[in-house]
Amino acid sequence: MVNLGINIGDLHFKNPVMTASGTFGYGPEFDDFIDVSRLGAIFIKGLTLEPREGNKYPRMAETPAGMLNAVGLQNKGIEYFESNIYPRIKDYNTHIVVNINGSYLDDYVTLAARLEKLEKIPAIELNISCPNVKMGGMAFGTNLVSAREVTKAVRAVYKKKLIVKLSPNVTNIVDFAEVVEEEGADSVSLINTLLGMSVDVAKMRPSLSTITGGLSGPAIKPVALRMVWQVAKAVKIPVIGMGGIMNTSDALEFILAGASAVQVGTASFIDPQASIRILEGIEKYMHHKGYNDIKEIIGYINK
Amino acid sequence: MSKRIEDFKVIENKRIITDFYVLEIEGVKRLPVIKPGQFVQVRVDGSPDTFLRRPISIHDVDYERNTLKLLIQVVGKGTETLAKSKKGETLNIIYPLGNSFGEPLINDRVILIGGGCGIAPLLYLGRHLNSLGFSPDILLGFRNKDRILEYEEYSAIGNVYITTEDGSVGEKGYVTNHSVLSDIKYTRVCCCGPEAMMKAVAGYSKRNNILCEVSLENLMACGVGACLCCIVDTVNGNLCSCTDGPVFNIKDLKW
Repeated sequence: MVNLGINIGDLHFKNPVMTASGTFGYGPEFDDFIDVSRLGAIFIKGLTLEPREGNKYPRMAETPAGMLNAVGLQNKGIEYFESNIYPRIKDYNTHIVVNINGSYLDDYVTLAARLEKLEKIPAIELNISCPNVKMGGMAFGTNLVSAREVTKAVRAVYKKKLIVKLSPNVTNIVDFAEVVEEEGADSVSLINTLLGMSVDVAKMRPSLSTITGGLSGPAIKPVALRMVWQVAKAVKIPVIGMGGIMNTSDALEFILAGASAVQVGTASFIDPQASIRILEGIEKYMHHKGYNDIKEIIGYINK
Repeated sequence: MSKRIEDFKVIENKRIITDFYVLEIEGVKRLPVIKPGQFVQVRVDGSPDTFLRRPISIHDVDYERNTLKLLIQVVGKGTETLAKSKKGETLNIIYPLGNSFGEPLINDRVILIGGGCGIAPLLYLGRHLNSLGFSPDILLGFRNKDRILEYEEYSAIGNVYITTEDGSVGEKGYVTNHSVLSDIKYTRVCCCGPEAMMKAVAGYSKRNNILCEVSLENLMACGVGACLCCIVDTVNGNLCSCTDGPVFNIKDLKW
């Protein structure tokens, strides 16, 4: 029996395969295709204090080996989440991690404090890296002072596990990982999407209503992998790696480079069973290579 | 109704006019009940430049043969690759997705209005209406006589009226110019086609107080309501065209 379990602090995850926020809805969207409870965790759609309509259509453009999105955190707000969504998903037999967002520092603090009270939510992912909102989002995650402040403020009110999702749209992502670690983050997840754009040549206008958007998919994998490798070497807290993971081999690259866990994102759009296939694939790889514990191969290339 | 992800076998790929193809694909497992207006998400294999699945309307369903028909217009690299599918090849699809056209009331007088590739869902809708005892009229708009699609197939489900932009067949102009619409005899319109056409049909329906449903063709990534990319601006806020649609009553749209 292969042990795929990993920990973030004292929080145990049964395996390292998770879903990336914004690519998996709240979970039930995928119930017809997989047993969601088999996953290590599900990171659900970004949540804000107030309901948000997100950006105007078009919000998506396909690109070579990837896609741009500019959804802009469309969601129904914390109140709706607490009363309508949480009751539907709390009984999944896996950890549910809520990705939180705000325009102001206080928004993050209020959200964290309210989520702390939900028994079946053992962790939050602090999204300081959304590139598709006018206020907040990436603005917090591309400035070391505000990244520090927001992490510190949320840490002060949130006692469960705090994961900070980092933006790749910075000069040196390691600086950000170190700052949030210093402020008490239990883990960092990276990378969020890379800022990009596309022009519709036939219509002679930008492909997205917002002009720029977040690039995801295999196109960004080498960049994501490099960043995960750099961060994993620099911090002591566990790193959750993501960015263009489509299959087992992609996921293993991140794990061998130092990620304690991985998030499957855009891949779920093309193959709604991708996350489970990757989980099964990792287990097979471990058998094949003769390892009994996933921890033996985390960061293997750095040993 | 649960969604499935399955490999289908290409039974036939028939080119009907220059850039239009009808693919008939056979399921390995017995088909579930499919509602008119639903669609599939087709994975495009062997096309390095494309990445996402392609949402394609279900054009027809044959439960006896256990097959679906997809009407494909070549508009980009994804559909170009799909159009090259050969008999015996496999297509991986997620289906059945989306809502459906509503069931008419017993006294409803129904007209199906379509244009270009947008006629696709209307064939199965028409057959479904036939099975419920309705004989809908069908109004189809095309650019010219060389662009007319599947006239015989549509004729089998009801009276077909045609408009062409150059007048080479049927009445000259757009569908909303057709004389069949000048008497207000219909109580229900089911429409799919280019957005400008659907908006004109919606305007006609609204002015004459006719119930009108349109099937939208938004850009889509996941098809299952997870990515929130295919949103439609409605009176109830942004809704996903993949799960809340693709069929919308025009009274819910901000047209």
